[in-house]
Amino acid sequence: MNQAESEASDLLRIRRLSKTYPGGFRALKTVDFTVRAGEIHALLGENGAGKSTLIKTITGITLRDDGEVWLDGREIHPRNGEEAQAAGIATVYQEVALLPNLSVAQNLFLGRQPTRFGLVREGEMGRRSRQLLQGFGLDIDVSAPLGEFSVAVQHIVAIARAVDLSAKVLILDEPTASLDAREVEVLFTVMRQLKSQGMGIVFVTHFLDQVHAICDRLTVLRNGGLVGERTVAGLPRMELVRMMLGRDLEAVETARSRSHRDTVVDRGAVPAVQAVGLGKHGAVAPFDMILREGEVLGLSGLLGSGRTETARLIFGVDRADQGELRVDGTSVRLLGPRDALRLGFGFCPEERKTEGIVAELSVRENIILALQARAGWLRPLSRKRQDEVADRFIKLLDIRPDDPDKPIGLLSGGNQQKAVLARWLATGPRVLILDEPTRGIDVGAHAEIIRLIRKLCDEGLALLVISSEVEEIVSYADRVTVLRDRHHVAELTGDEVTEQRVLTSIAAT
Amino acid sequence: MRRHLPVLVTTVVFLLGFLFCAIQYPNIASTRVVMNLFTDNAFLGILAVGMTFVIISGGIDLSVGSVIAFTTVFLALAIGNWGLSPGMAFVLVLGITALFGAAMGAIIHHFEVPPFIVTLAGMFLARGVAFLMSTESLPIDAALYQEVASFSIHLPGGGRLRIIGMMMLLVFLLGGIVLHYTRFGTNVFALGGGRTTTALMGVRVGRITVAIYMLSSLLAGLAGIVFSFYTASGYSLTGVGVELDTIAAVVIGGTLLSGGAGTMFGTFIGIMIQGLIQTYITFDGSLSSWWIKIVTGLLLFLFIVLQQLLTHLARRATTGAGEKDTQARP
Repeated sequence: MNQAESEASDLLRIRRLSKTYPGGFRALKTVDFTVRAGEIHALLGENGAGKSTLIKTITGITLRDDGEVWLDGREIHPRNGEEAQAAGIATVYQEVALLPNLSVAQNLFLGRQPTRFGLVREGEMGRRSRQLLQGFGLDIDVSAPLGEFSVAVQHIVAIARAVDLSAKVLILDEPTASLDAREVEVLFTVMRQLKSQGMGIVFVTHFLDQVHAICDRLTVLRNGGLVGERTVAGLPRMELVRMMLGRDLEAVETARSRSHRDTVVDRGAVPAVQAVGLGKHGAVAPFDMILREGEVLGLSGLLGSGRTETARLIFGVDRADQGELRVDGTSVRLLGPRDALRLGFGFCPEERKTEGIVAELSVRENIILALQARAGWLRPLSRKRQDEVADRFIKLLDIRPDDPDKPIGLLSGGNQQKAVLARWLATGPRVLILDEPTRGIDVGAHAEIIRLIRKLCDEGLALLVISSEVEEIVSYADRVTVLRDRHHVAELTGDEVTEQRVLTSIAAT
Repeated sequence: MRRHLPVLVTTVVFLLGFLFCAIQYPNIASTRVVMNLFTDNAFLGILAVGMTFVIISGGIDLSVGSVIAFTTVFLALAIGNWGLSPGMAFVLVLGITALFGAAMGAIIHHFEVPPFIVTLAGMFLARGVAFLMSTESLPIDAALYQEVASFSIHLPGGGRLRIIGMMMLLVFLLGGIVLHYTRFGTNVFALGGGRTTTALMGVRVGRITVAIYMLSSLLAGLAGIVFSFYTASGYSLTGVGVELDTIAAVVIGGTLLSGGAGTMFGTFIGIMIQGLIQTYITFDGSLSSWWIKIVTGLLLFLFIVLQQLLTHLARRATTGAGEKDTQARP
């Protein structure tokens, strides 16, 4: 197929799309993306890869800095979801954007109900709704509130509405995240049907099996940049995982071998934390885990594989429904993060903005938060002590600007991350859990955080680090546990800790 | 079935209450008392129709009581002092109140100010203007008022359906049709279900918001006219706290205070329940009238607990087991 021909069948064509958020974070770096008529195109990437930003800039919810969006040979500039919809791009979000309190029929026809003398023709609307949904293999009571149906049904109703509004391109943003296997199959049937009608479908997911099951082509993003576009048929799983997680091939070959510090850890000592058959239904399958002082245990796997869920169980954010957790050989039962705190645990969550920092409070207040929580709110830390703690960690971690009274929301991502780290270090923890510590921060800060992790480990902390960056995790972890589909599938130690081995375990080849 | 449970419970409570009252005082079960329920609560009922729209849309309107005061004073002055005909005065005052509501709706939408604050300001403003016009109780002396007061349809059993009772029933009927059978009504429900989502689905949220508050104030103006028929006077202290009685009736009628669900029929029953309590206390004669507040308070409490329970159950029924809890913060 020559250039002209391929461009002719392109339904949606994105050229050099860029977006930098206030604060300097480059969420999209000159990304190209094309969707053809009658294809299902997977958009893949880990958290923070830029998938959401790409979708938002295409549909105009976020305004693009640079680049072009062409639909059906016409350049479009939607400024909101409504305009994108009018142009022919419909989006169905993971969180169904319909109204649960209205009936199915009302949701399908909101704003365009058939009327006579100003009154809605309920019968006619119901009949047309049933007809529309039957085309999607759905036979339900359309007069019942949408909220009474399963998420799968709600998704199909959302798709039916979008399609009925004559969409040319349908974007499905992680529609399968909360569906079970049977519901996924129903959704796939609908997708295949729409594909055969010549619609272009963008399918965002992090389940690689689903990509192979239904997609024709795929595009992978990483750190806001385009990694590549491939045809799904014949693409080895290993290659795909490498695109999503690894560096380019050359870098993998030269991955540094492990040698440092293995001798330091006393294998005979009672582990600081030990999980035996710990698990929670629907979150992560029962697993065993050992975490020793002076050791970094890495958790690797794709998004949704159960990494964060593992950390949440160990920190007591979620309660395990089976197995036991031992601290220094004694069985403990965590009823909440407060219990974990008391045992000397610390947890830096992935969602720094929503779970980590309190943006309006100052750097000082953010740093002393955990220390104060542990002391109890009835015994406030004196201002002098607060200043001491804040100043010490601002110097120690080189947080910039070094003004403890600046609202933390005004700091860059890397410095916010350091402040969150400082918060937990201030409590003098024995065990520290870091979930994606280098997410969304610039390269310089990245290196600094990694140096910090090594230093903390040398000082005798037990560290559990979750990261999507495989080359990063093998550079500091003593052992790496690999997760896949909510199961702990492999534990790599010593010389096994290489990028190649981790990727192979994730891809299961 | 669950959808209709709140209004069903309200209806059962009303019927049981009526039965209880009728057993104690058999005279209560007469057309005379029932018609008086309509007459005495006409203005409250008309307010409640508007409030139902507002609350279902996820908002609140605190200004309605003050709008009644403004309306009665305006009518008394317009008819008594300025020499306008009652009809002319009605048209004028309805125009003013509708504009007033539209302005509140526009502020709520365009400046993204919570309805509570905007209508609280509106409440002080309308009351203040009423005081500014007159601080005295002004009699309204017009032929029309005497005609309205004397006209009624006689029913068997000595009951009289008066004009203001008819007006209330008509407003309820029209309100019910608009709420349940028009696009506008559906949009009101949609707004209560989620403002952003509704906007994403292509509904012009601003227009709907303005229309809802305009309707509420317009009906408050109409309730003011009805109230002036009822008392044949205008007074700036009229209707203090009435907005809260109205909200109570709407919520007791099964409308979700957080918006998105409710029925006009439920609101009607809510008004009738309040009227029934009042009637019972009048018949008893020894009870303090404050018992109305106490019983209303208890009922309100009961219904809010019921609603929370139903919402909770509905949520548990639809969320899958695999969903992860993202509420907790370490």
